[in-house]
Amino acid sequence: MLVGIDVGSTTVKVVVLDDSKNMIYKAYERHYSKVREKTVEMLKAAAPIINSDKIQVALTGSAGLGIAKSSGVDFVQEVFACAKAVEVEYPQADAVIELGGEDAKIIFFKGGLEERMNGSCAGGTGAFIDQMATLLNITIEELDKLSMQHEKIYKIASRCGVFAKTDIQPLLNQGARKADVAASILQAVVDQTIAGLAQGRRIEGNVVFLGGPLYFLKGLRQRFIETLKLDDKSAIFPENGDCFVCYGAALYAASLKERDFSDVLKRIENSKEKTELTQTLQPLFKTHKQYEEFLQRHSKADAPKIDPEKYSGPAYLGIDAGSTTTKLVLITPEGQILYSYYSSNKGNPVNVVKQQLEKVYEICGDTIKILGSAVTGYGEELIKNAFKVDLGLVETMAHLKAARHFNKDVDFILDIGGQDMKCFKIRNGAVDGIMLNEACSSGCGSFLETFAKALGYDIQEFAKLGLFAQKPVDLGSRCTVFMNSSVKQAQKEGASIEDISAGLSISVVKNAIYKVIRIPNPDELGKNIVVQGGTFLNDAVLRSFELELGRNVTRPAIAGLMGAFGAALAAMELELEQSAILSRSELENFEHTSRQTVCRRCTNHCNLTVNMFSGGRRFISGNRCERGLGIEQTKNLPNMYRFKYNYLRSLKPEKGPRGKIGIPMGLNMYENLPFWHAFFTSLGFEVVLSPESNRNIYSKGQYTIPSDTVCYPAKLMHGHIEALLDEGITTIFYPCMPYNFDEGISDNHYNCPVVAYYPELLSANVERLSRIKYLMPYFNLSRKRDFKRIASDYFNKEFEIGKDEIAAAVDKAYKAYSDYRKAVFKEGQRIIKFARENGYSIIVLAGRPYHIDPEVNHGIDNLLNSLDQCVITEDCISSLAGKTSYRVLNQWTYHARLYNAARYITTQPDMQLVQLVSFGCGIDAITGDEVREILEKNGKLYTQIKIDEIYNLGAVKIRLRSLLAAMEEVKRSGRAKV
Amino acid sequence: MAELKYDKTGRLLFTKEMKKEYTILMPQMLPIHFSLMRKCLELEGYKVEMLTSSHRGIVDTGLKYVHNDTCYPALLVIGQLIEAIESGKYDPHKVALIITQTGGGCRASNYIHLLRKALKKAGLGFVPVISLNLSGLEKNPGFSLNLRLIIRLIYSIVYGDLIMLLANQCKPYEIEQGATDRMTEKWVNNLIDQFKHSKGVWAKDFKKNLKLITDDFASIPLNKTPKIKVGIVGEIYVKFSPLGNNNLEQFLLDEGCEPVVPGLIDFIIFKINNRITDVDLYGGNPLKKLVCLILQRYIEKRQAELIEAVKESKVFRAPEPFYEIRKKVRGYLGYGNKMGEGWLLTAEMLELIDDGIYNIVCTQPFGCLPNHIVGKGMIRAIKNNRPEANIVAIDYDPGATKINQENRIKLMLANAKLAEEKVHKAKVSVEQKEPVVQK
Repeated sequence: MLVGIDVGSTTVKVVVLDDSKNMIYKAYERHYSKVREKTVEMLKAAAPIINSDKIQVALTGSAGLGIAKSSGVDFVQEVFACAKAVEVEYPQADAVIELGGEDAKIIFFKGGLEERMNGSCAGGTGAFIDQMATLLNITIEELDKLSMQHEKIYKIASRCGVFAKTDIQPLLNQGARKADVAASILQAVVDQTIAGLAQGRRIEGNVVFLGGPLYFLKGLRQRFIETLKLDDKSAIFPENGDCFVCYGAALYAASLKERDFSDVLKRIENSKEKTELTQTLQPLFKTHKQYEEFLQRHSKADAPKIDPEKYSGPAYLGIDAGSTTTKLVLITPEGQILYSYYSSNKGNPVNVVKQQLEKVYEICGDTIKILGSAVTGYGEELIKNAFKVDLGLVETMAHLKAARHFNKDVDFILDIGGQDMKCFKIRNGAVDGIMLNEACSSGCGSFLETFAKALGYDIQEFAKLGLFAQKPVDLGSRCTVFMNSSVKQAQKEGASIEDISAGLSISVVKNAIYKVIRIPNPDELGKNIVVQGGTFLNDAVLRSFELELGRNVTRPAIAGLMGAFGAALAAMELELEQSAILSRSELENFEHTSRQTVCRRCTNHCNLTVNMFSGGRRFISGNRCERGLGIEQTKNLPNMYRFKYNYLRSLKPEKGPRGKIGIPMGLNMYENLPFWHAFFTSLGFEVVLSPESNRNIYSKGQYTIPSDTVCYPAKLMHGHIEALLDEGITTIFYPCMPYNFDEGISDNHYNCPVVAYYPELLSANVERLSRIKYLMPYFNLSRKRDFKRIASDYFNKEFEIGKDEIAAAVDKAYKAYSDYRKAVFKEGQRIIKFARENGYSIIVLAGRPYHIDPEVNHGIDNLLNSLDQCVITEDCISSLAGKTSYRVLNQWTYHARLYNAARYITTQPDMQLVQLVSFGCGIDAITGDEVREILEKNGKLYTQIKIDEIYNLGAVKIRLRSLLAAMEEVKRSGRAKV
Repeated sequence: MAELKYDKTGRLLFTKEMKKEYTILMPQMLPIHFSLMRKCLELEGYKVEMLTSSHRGIVDTGLKYVHNDTCYPALLVIGQLIEAIESGKYDPHKVALIITQTGGGCRASNYIHLLRKALKKAGLGFVPVISLNLSGLEKNPGFSLNLRLIIRLIYSIVYGDLIMLLANQCKPYEIEQGATDRMTEKWVNNLIDQFKHSKGVWAKDFKKNLKLITDDFASIPLNKTPKIKVGIVGEIYVKFSPLGNNNLEQFLLDEGCEPVVPGLIDFIIFKINNRITDVDLYGGNPLKKLVCLILQRYIEKRQAELIEAVKESKVFRAPEPFYEIRKKVRGYLGYGNKMGEGWLLTAEMLELIDDGIYNIVCTQPFGCLPNHIVGKGMIRAIKNNRPEANIVAIDYDPGATKINQENRIKLMLANAKLAEEKVHKAKVSVEQKEPVVQK
């Protein structure tokens, strides 16, 4: 008798085969992290079937490894087991795709067996769908069903769960259809599988689909079939798809020696004692008395409540339409709370607010009159437009107002909400530095909540479990996905639910302190720290924070309502006679419908959600600029991104006798194109650029990306190469350039390794390149004389062009590049002059030359324009600051520009710097810190925006508006130098 | 007490007085090599301590003081150094730190600056940091890299490579457990002892030592039942340091494999060779090129002596010389690919495969920039040309869990075993057929 046991990250599977390998028993159950107990329980349940004492048994699965180690039962790696089962059952298979709770795997059979598992960054799949379903407040089955009714699919970042979530949340808040969102979520899983796992191989032929999610979710199947262009015959969904790996383990067991069933059971049952938790932390509370003192201390920061029945007079309404929750507060002019509401927005904030407004009117009756209303948060614009709210304000400002109400000397605010983490330093009464969590580390409140649910608890209950945990597990401080696997490891080691709960709370706090605030010394935070946001209502999180900082902080009792409270205070400051908010009768007739469309007014092709309200009012969201609103941009403020991009794109191909030469438009071509264009045009080549970047270009090349953690601009190169090949180009030029131009402002003039050597990576991974003439010579343009000699030799050899002709072309190339640099500088000066003459402030949107690609920057430059900012780049002012020494090794040309630009603007009161950083850019870990230091030392604000595939600008907008609001405040308080 | 002196850029210098008074703390990457190198420094009159700590506190300290997106090795090395100072074991006003600085387009050249930033954050701005490099970066009055020291360091590296190579080939097969480790320890102590008496650092001692060490290791009784061989390549720190790679070598030993780790000499020659290549590719000072060429030849000579000693033993597998390894990357990468481990990493994978070691763990810190290209980026091309290659890329960082790493390595090992069985079966069937052929 053969037995396979598959202990995965979320489930246990048991399969029993008879002696002729027929499956006579199978079981599939969730283990809720009680790994050993569940395994034993399920084995016992199978005991009647396993009627012989002698069995051959193998364990498999990610959690099975630990059990195997400590029990001595044989282990077989799960992908290996899976391959074995497929070979037996489906010999015709070309590939297998298996999605599990957290792992995604792919096996290629034809052309050499190849097996792959998702890298550490690619995140979970089943767990990801779980999280997304929670976010939509539906079950997985409902999500699946809904997805079948989709009309359109949104672009959702497919890198990892956290990223996708950042995309989905705003869609929900903007009122996108749930069915469309559901399908988009499943599509993201498909894209992730293809991008993260295929790595240079196409998935084609007969494909077997395995694992729980693919077994249960018909909608997911559909997405795979459509995307991979399969049909009923080539897409194989085995009947036992959920237990297939387990079946493979049972097959594998045939090669093992026989064991006593009772002995196996005993071994697994007793295996727990042998494992010791390796890394544990101090308990949060050692005694109950400690906990009571803690509660006592925090009960002091309270906002008094007042019974509305006993009150008559004016009132002010604040609404915080957050990413996952909606908060609402009604206050008196003295700041007493008449009514408050805090709840999940259930994917539709408009409905929630409508119901709540009705409730508020009921409470107000005829005696309380609303004199002002304000809204903040992700859904600010939607709610403001839907209900004619008097004021919309950026959430950072709302939080600051609220915090000041409780502690007027507050000098640091940390807010951990469901989806984001914000903190700001306050200096001289103004917001001085704003830090928001990067998309990568946003394992915040909703993470805790989803985790609690996954383990079968509600959040309150789950958090309480951790308070008195004896040995909280150390789960590290990285992103959600990493925490998932850390938890898995802790479970493997036998950690209790209590220890995991406490460990998760500590993790969230560490994330905040080390990833977002990044301050080693609590003294730098100041004396008056206010913490808020729903997550801090959780005592375990609050306690962890105090322990980690080593000091006490203030948590207002309305920690979860601070945004709304701040908004109400702001509404009061408006000093209106009457609020314009929808009246009770208007509310009765209120209706809200929405429809999706795509804006065609520029190449960004924004997804628009058109919200229609009763009375014919409309609100359009999802747009980057005003054009989608039906208004042509009236102001058209100067924008260096646009200028540079248009300049480069205006370098047109000229037909020449030497035929076509293709250039992929990305990475350093955004700097060097004028050079190469002039060079080749002068030699009589027709220079063909790859088309403008967009999502389709990216998808085109996605399957040849070998490293899924490289930056997005690099990933796009694969698509650009494919596009050129599709056009029938047979000569492509893309040189390797470890060295850049020397601009005299740095100690060396390197490019980063990715920019320098990406041509070689493409050659090794894009198979079609081997069939054409792909030129990737090493050149160093900073040594003009040497380059002339070397280029002459090279191109003479490649194209049999006379050396004199090449030399002349080289001269033209240098001239063209220098013209471009001059044009950029001149335009920079023009914009600065224009801004000063017309009273606009200037944002230096600093980054890399390739950040001007609209697909890379996602239109952030336009967004800034729409916020009344003139946009310039780092490279049009970097020459104005001269060379100096920095606290880092200043050896990359592009990065030296950043330092210099930062130094220059410290002398310019009307300029602010916003740094764009590509996700995965290792070098910006260094430059970011240095630029921040240069700016902050000189009293300037530093803002960093991480960009990736993420499409939605919601979070970016909040950030930029916060920056602008902070600038305003500073201006008002009259502090110099900003 | 030594006075704090700064150069004109504001960098704190390591002065001559400090040389007398201060203890220099050095991180450790390769236990054997670094023990010997430490002794070489002591012979020059420095007080040096090598840090061997490996607990979780190092990572936590690193996380606290270094940008979390910085590569893992920086986080560990800086964490280890600061943690050591904060441990109270040393007088913070009487210690200096030493760290290597490679120079080049990889962000690793910035470690020393990150370390200084971290020290300042930790309130330890008064601790001087010495850069150990061959590029002439950052000079200090109290620390100089004279020719004698350079040569001794080179000797140390060659000795280290030899002992590591032999130990790796003995340990999985030793009959008496611990015999190899004892032999390693014996020779490290023996060499240190020789160094103390200014022996072992001269050409004739060197050659003699190579032979003695090889012979001595060859005397360890082994049970040569074949084991699966697994090559380890990757970013230099995580490849070598058990702290960086979660004890990868030990894990492989426990799994019943023989780890094969290409040595450090090639990396050193690679870094020198890059300067020569630069002049060839882009033009430059021919004199500089000549100096590098002489240095390269010198080290290549020592490598040749090592290879000769190993080959003579007839017991051990010898590595290939640098120039042979260099040839292997043709068709994959250009020699201008020099940042980080550059083309050498790809070359090492190819060397292993040519040597019949098809199973390879390619290690890198999460988000390592050069390895996008020379590690993960080349696996596809290698597999196209050498389908038998069985390579797994593993990322290391403070949040990555051992279980995920091990599970992926286990998959690679399961395939290795399968391939081995197939080869074995094929062999058996060939052997069975052989008599027929002979007729």
